[in-house]
Order: sequence, then C-alpha cells, then structure tokens
Amino acid sequence: MTVTDYQKTAYVASQAADARISFDIEAEGMTLNIGPQHPATHGTLRIIVRLDGEQVIWADPVPGYMHRGYEKLCEVRDYAQVTTLINRIDWLGSFANEVPFILAAEQLMGIEAPPRAQYIRTILFEMARIANISLFLGDMGVQLGALTPVFFAFRDREHVLNLIESATGGRFHPNFDRIGGLKDDLPKGWIDECKQAMRRIRSFCDEMDDLLVGNAVFQQRTRGIGVIPRDIALEYGVSGPNARASGIDWDLRRDEDLPLAWKHCDWKVWTHPDGDSFARYWVRLQETREATRIIEQLCDGLPAGPIRAKVPARIRVPRGEVFVHTENPLGEMGYYVVSDGSPGGPFRCKIRTPSFSNISIVPWLLQGVYVPDVITILASLYFILGDIDR
Amino acid sequence: MTLPLAAHTFLGIRGAYWNVTALKVAAVLGIALGGAGAFVYLFLFKMMSHMQSRLGPMEAGPHGSMQLMAEVLKFLQKEDVFPERADRWVFAAAPAVVLMSTFMIYVVIPAGPRLVVANLDTGILFALAVSSLSVIGVLMAGWSSANKYSLIGGLRAAGQLIAYELPLVLAVVGVVMQAGSLSLQRIVYSQAHFKLFGVGGFGLFAIPQFVGLFLFLVAAQAELGQTPFDMPVAESEVVTGYMTEYTGLRFLIFFIGEFATGFALAGIGATLFLGGWYFPGYGLHWGNLAWARELVGLGVLVAKVMVIAFLIFWVRFTFPRFREDQLQAFAWKYLIPLSLVNILVTGVAKVAVHA
Amino acid sequence: MPRPEMPESVERALEVPMGFAKGLKTTFMTMVRGAVTVQYPHEREDVTPRARGVIALKEENCTVCMLCARQCPDWCIYIEGHKDKEPPRREGGKPRTVSKLDRFDIDYSLCMYCGICVEVCPFDALHWSPEFEYSEPNIADMLHDKHRLGLWEDTVPEAPALEAGAEAPKGKKK
Repeated sequence: MTVTDYQKTAYVASQAADARISFDIEAEGMTLNIGPQHPATHGTLRIIVRLDGEQVIWADPVPGYMHRGYEKLCEVRDYAQVTTLINRIDWLGSFANEVPFILAAEQLMGIEAPPRAQYIRTILFEMARIANISLFLGDMGVQLGALTPVFFAFRDREHVLNLIESATGGRFHPNFDRIGGLKDDLPKGWIDECKQAMRRIRSFCDEMDDLLVGNAVFQQRTRGIGVIPRDIALEYGVSGPNARASGIDWDLRRDEDLPLAWKHCDWKVWTHPDGDSFARYWVRLQETREATRIIEQLCDGLPAGPIRAKVPARIRVPRGEVFVHTENPLGEMGYYVVSDGSPGGPFRCKIRTPSFSNISIVPWLLQGVYVPDVITILASLYFILGDIDR
Repeated sequence: MTLPLAAHTFLGIRGAYWNVTALKVAAVLGIALGGAGAFVYLFLFKMMSHMQSRLGPMEAGPHGSMQLMAEVLKFLQKEDVFPERADRWVFAAAPAVVLMSTFMIYVVIPAGPRLVVANLDTGILFALAVSSLSVIGVLMAGWSSANKYSLIGGLRAAGQLIAYELPLVLAVVGVVMQAGSLSLQRIVYSQAHFKLFGVGGFGLFAIPQFVGLFLFLVAAQAELGQTPFDMPVAESEVVTGYMTEYTGLRFLIFFIGEFATGFALAGIGATLFLGGWYFPGYGLHWGNLAWARELVGLGVLVAKVMVIAFLIFWVRFTFPRFREDQLQAFAWKYLIPLSLVNILVTGVAKVAVHA
Repeated sequence: MPRPEMPESVERALEVPMGFAKGLKTTFMTMVRGAVTVQYPHEREDVTPRARGVIALKEENCTVCMLCARQCPDWCIYIEGHKDKEPPRREGGKPRTVSKLDRFDIDYSLCMYCGICVEVCPFDALHWSPEFEYSEPNIADMLHDKHRLGLWEDTVPEAPALEAGAEAPKGKKK
C-alpha cells in the first residue's frame, strides 16, 4: 500500500498499533528512534516513529527501560520497607506516592489517622503536587526553546523542597507516612515559612504567565497541537490534568471520599475545553496556584492533637484486599493491596500509575503530526519514567 | 584604481602593500576573535546566567573570565573524529567557509574616519553579500555528515537563512535611501549631519528608520540562528542540527563563527542605525588630542555594538522558538511586506522633505 | 475619574506586543535583582536539623538485638557481637550475660537513607545527623565502621521544638 492518502494510512496504522501488529508500509518514510536517551523524553522512554517527510505516520512507545520490579519487590518487603521504596515511583511527587498505599493498609486494618495527621498529610500531598508541576511548567519551556523558565522553576521549587526537608528529613524521598498517621510532627515555625513559600510559588506562577502563557510564540506552538478529544481521553484512561484539559470534570480529591482534608477547605477544580497542549499547560498552572491556596487554608485550620493513632509495634494487616486511588500530581494513582493476614509485607500489590495510561494514547495522538510538534505533545503530556515503568 | 605600492596606510602606519595587508589581517582576526570572546563571556555566560537567577562560571579566573580560555583549550585537545561515511574534504571545509564569510564582514565596518580595513564605495552591499555565503557552509556541513539528522538540520538552516536575507537587505535599503550612499563611512557621516525637525547633531537613523531597525534586529536574530529562530540547532528537538557530527576544533570554529557573526552584524547595525563611531562632540576642536578622539570613537562604536547585542541576546533568552513553517510564514508573509512598505514610505518622505 | 476604555480592536492588536514586553520585563527584572546561587564550597547553606545526612551510633546503648540489620531494606548494616559474662551487680548474685558489640558497619554506598533502622531501634542507639560531606574517592571507604559512626554522634542536633498544637513526643526507653 503506497503512501498517497495520509488519512487512510494513519487510520490503518493506528488500528495496527492498537492491535500490536507489526505492519509494514511501503513508504519511503524514514524510521526515527526517539530515545531511550533523549533530552525530550523525561527518562528512558523509546518512541519508534515512522516519518513521511516531516509528518509522523506511525508511532510506538517502547517503555520498560527503567523497570525496577516494584510489584515483585512489594511482595518480599514489609510495609515499612515498601513505604520507603514507593517514594521512588514518581520521584518528583515524592510524598504523593506513599499516601494511597498507606491509606489502603489503614483501610484493611480498620484504622483512621487522627485529624491533625490527615491535615498534614494533605498539606504535604499538595506540596508534592507543587514540586512536581512547577518543574513541568519550566520544563515545557525548555522543550519549546525558552531556556529561562526552568531556572525559575528550580529556584522557586527549592523553597518547597526545603520545607519538605525540614519536616521530614528528605527533600525528594520523605518516607514520612506511617500506618496510623505520620512519623513526626512539624517543627516550630514551619507554618509561617510555609505561607511565605506559597507566596513565592504564586509569584512564580505569575512569572510563568508572563513568560510563557502570554507569549505569542508559545501560544502559536501549543494551541491546537495534540488535541485529545474528550471521549478518546476517556477511552484511553487518561487521567489527571491531561483529562481535565480535555474538559473532563473529574478530580479524585473531590469525588472520592478519602480520610484526607480536602473536604475541609474551599477549592476549585480547573478544566479547559480545548484539549490541546496549551490547555494542558494552562490547567497545570492553575492547579499549582490552587494548591497554594489549599495549603494556606489547611495551615490556618490545622487542628491540634496527636500525630499518630495507636498502632501495635509489630504491624500485622488482616486478611483482605482493597483498592485505594488518589489524585496524584501526574494523574490517578492507585494501589490494589492484597493481604493474606501474615506478618510482614503485602501478599500482592498492584500499582496503577497515571503515566502508563497517559502514554497509551501516544500512538493515536502522534499520527499526522509534524516532527517539532511531537516534542511539544510529549512535553505537554508530562510523564515520568519511574511512573511508567515502576 | 590602483594605488602606488608605497602609499598604503593603516592606523597611521605607512608601508608596502603586503606589510599593511598583514597588519589589516591581524587587526581583523584580533577584533573578530576578541569580539566573539567578549560576546560569549558577557552575554552567554554572564547575562544569560543573571537572567536565570544564577551566577554563571565563577571558578575559572576571577568571576569566570578564564572560562572561555578553558573551553578553547578543551576543544583544542579533542580527538579529530570523522564519521565513517562522511565526505572528508567537504566535511573539513564547511566550518572554514562559514568562518571566512564572517571575517569578510569585518573588512568594511568603520571604527573611525580613517580606521577601516577597506573603505569600499559599495560597503554595505559587500557586507550583506559575503554574509550570505555562510549558507553554503551550512549546507556543506549538513550534507557531508552522512547523518539524516544533520541533513534535515542543514536544509532547515539553509531555508531559514535564505528566507531572512530578504528582510535584512530590504531594511538596509531604507537606510541607504536615507543616507544616499552604500558606503558605510558615508552613512556614518550622513547620520552625523542628520537633522530632525531642524535639530541635529545626535546622529541616529534609528529614529526615522525605526521600522528598519526592528526589521534589521529580527532578521539578524534569524541570521544568527538565535531563539526564537534557532530551529536548526534546537537541542531538545528530534534532529540536533547540522553541527551534530562536528567535535573538537571544527565545532569550536562553528561556535566562534556564530558569535563573530553576531559581533559583525551588531557592528553593521550600530553603524547603520546608531551612528557608528560618531558621537556628538566629534566635530569639536580636539587639537593635540586628536588621537584620543579616535579612541573615544572606537569605544563609542563598541558601546553601541553592545547595546544592539544586548537586545539580540535579551530576546534570545526570553522567547521559545518558532516551528519551521511558522518561521518561514513570519518572514515571507509579514516581514517582507513590512520592509517594502518601509522603503515606500522612506522614498516618499525623502522626496517630500527635499521638495 | 475612570480611565477611558481602549476599543477592543486596539486592545487585541496590542496583546501580542504587550505579551512580548511582559516576558522581556520579567527576564530583565530577574537580571537586575541578582542571582540566588550559593557558591558551594566557598559558602554553605544551613541544613535543617532533621535532614537525613548520616547515621550516628551510640555504642553504649546498643544491645546487639539486630533489629536494625534485619529491617534494613538494602541489608547494608553488618553487625557482629558476642556474649560476655560480667560480675553480678550485688553480692551473692548470678553473673550477668551482657552482649558486646564487636562490629557495626553501615555501608553508605548501599544505604538509601530511609531511616527505618533509626526508627526501629528500641534502645535509641542510632540517630540521624544532617552531615553530608563524606564523599570518598574509593568506594570501599564508604563503609563506616563502629568508630567512625561513633564520631558522627557529636554532630547529631537536638530534636527541634514542635509546632503549636502538637503533642509532646514520647521518649524511647534506654
């Protein structure tokens, strides 16, 4: 079949890609390998792309270069050890990885964390969101050629990381969540520093507004590029800001009843109807601002009390299985924990990560796209390799 | 017109043709390399860093002044790598072609009434003509690398350079019409004598030719391959540009060429739009200090070059980059019509004022 | 007096250059405001007291219970001990069996700084210290032995005071 009709070829290629059939087209097209080492893919992701001139006719992401065997590791480690390991799945949204797992264990044991612990968990969760997404806001600029925003991102994110460090001891891997609550309480002066840092982050968001969102070149590069229609997003399981940028009003912080503190404050879910790369950037920018507001409200309303419920020294989770998912910075992250009642670790732990489902849309999304737009689209989808490969 | 052999002078030194020419060549090399080095240090190392809230190189030498030296030495001691299927002669010649075209631009930039390597009557035309020779060098580099990424990058770069030659030339045409001459020295003199509404003596064509200045700056940005027009050398793109296969000294030559061209184009811009070496006070009676006047003129030219370069690099560090088709559309659909309108308005105004 | 509104077409035409101008202003103001770089190693930042830099060992508290070595996810703690007989505490009593610590090594090239060992020790023998400048050119030197771990004890800070509303922390038994 010769490449005369791009639409038809792209359609057939997408069908083949969906069915995982190796499909040979007699195109004079060039096969390009993006990655696994490439500055544009955030980690070792390989995308095989077949081009016709400057347009993509077929794309296939090949994940797995960073597979570390998390689910097997979870079977042979106990709960405290698993908590420290799962910090490293989505390494930028550090604390957010621990929360669904700990909540699952708590549900199986029938324990609920005290209110103070719930509030501080939510505060740290939102800080992980800010740390993660502010890097994206700068990084998208780099992928598009603007070198400066990423330095502002690193500079202002340091304040959040220092706060996380002063509370938990670790900047990137806090290992702070425990079954029943948190490891320690906050050090003195943390709340005031936190509010200062939130003001900084908001001024950073304003700078991103000026540097990127308001820039006509950025808008020309991202508007209308990589449009994900609403129903396609739902079909492929896209979640998080990617889904909200396609107009899907779905946020687990509001829609799922979890023992965390989002219901105690007044905040907004941001969506955008367009579904293009600009919408994905814009939604994440607004979410960062919203996260600062959530944190400030929670800091003001922090209840006094113990930081951890009464939990036996030797943790023994009773028999059962439960799935807990939360709205992580990258999307919907969930842990399906199966316990067989023995002391030690979970019997089986299935980790549902957002980036794995988010990149499943890449073959569909990259058809008919120009080569420079491939980078824009991959940057706007924002996946983290640890999250895809586990 | 040939001059008698002993009548050649440069910098007040009189001598035989070959002696004076050697002196001129040394001067051009010194200014080009020194200018490129100053640009790299001031703008790429320090200005970019401060715009990004960081300090830049600080360890090599006081405030990182020796960093450039360290980088040059690093490049010099690298292995000379040829890709296996590359065309050796073309591959080796490409950086030289680019650098040669840059050095030739320095020949016509005046730094004082007598401080110019060759005071050509068609100065600006010569400068623009030789600057466009770099396109050949870029194509040679892209094609001879035997690498599909380099080829795409080379073709993109060539297309971009050719597209933005036209706004560059047409912007200059406005200045030429205003000054009434192609010679760069005469353009400086006419700025010196320029009077706006009867007030004169400040010597800037940037005021009547502000559209031309804007066009020149944008086209220079594209000619230098700086963001927002740096698609050919985009680092984070799929294709990494025509310089992919170059390492060591050859890459250094490209790098130097880029910044030397920047200095040269900024020099042209400063001469055409900001008055070159002229400063208000040049015409006063300096008496014994005539040599000081030449030095001040040189300093004034360098300062004006830095102003233009500051604008170019400021935009470079702020904006994201255009996609190739958007870049071409911008040049052909917006800049060229604007430059034609500029020429029209300049012509009409000139006739009206003189009538 | 309210400022007169600009006609919409003018506002829209000015949007692009105003967007450019705002971006240029941001970078210019950042350049003017100065850099935030801390020039390590000439200058140093203060590290928060809870930072997980290195683990220190208080040898007199250790009873060779092996809990830390067992719980470590990377198995980077190597402990060897033996039992000694000590004279009775008072006259006429039985000789006491006391565990003596022979070897306590932490391999920092494996350690992932999770803190499970510090948390799990029932006798408060391990402490976190915010020191982090112990890089070695030779990877074998990353194994800190009992003596070196004891030296880190001097750098262990006091536990910071807690935020308002927190309950007082419970102590550990010696």
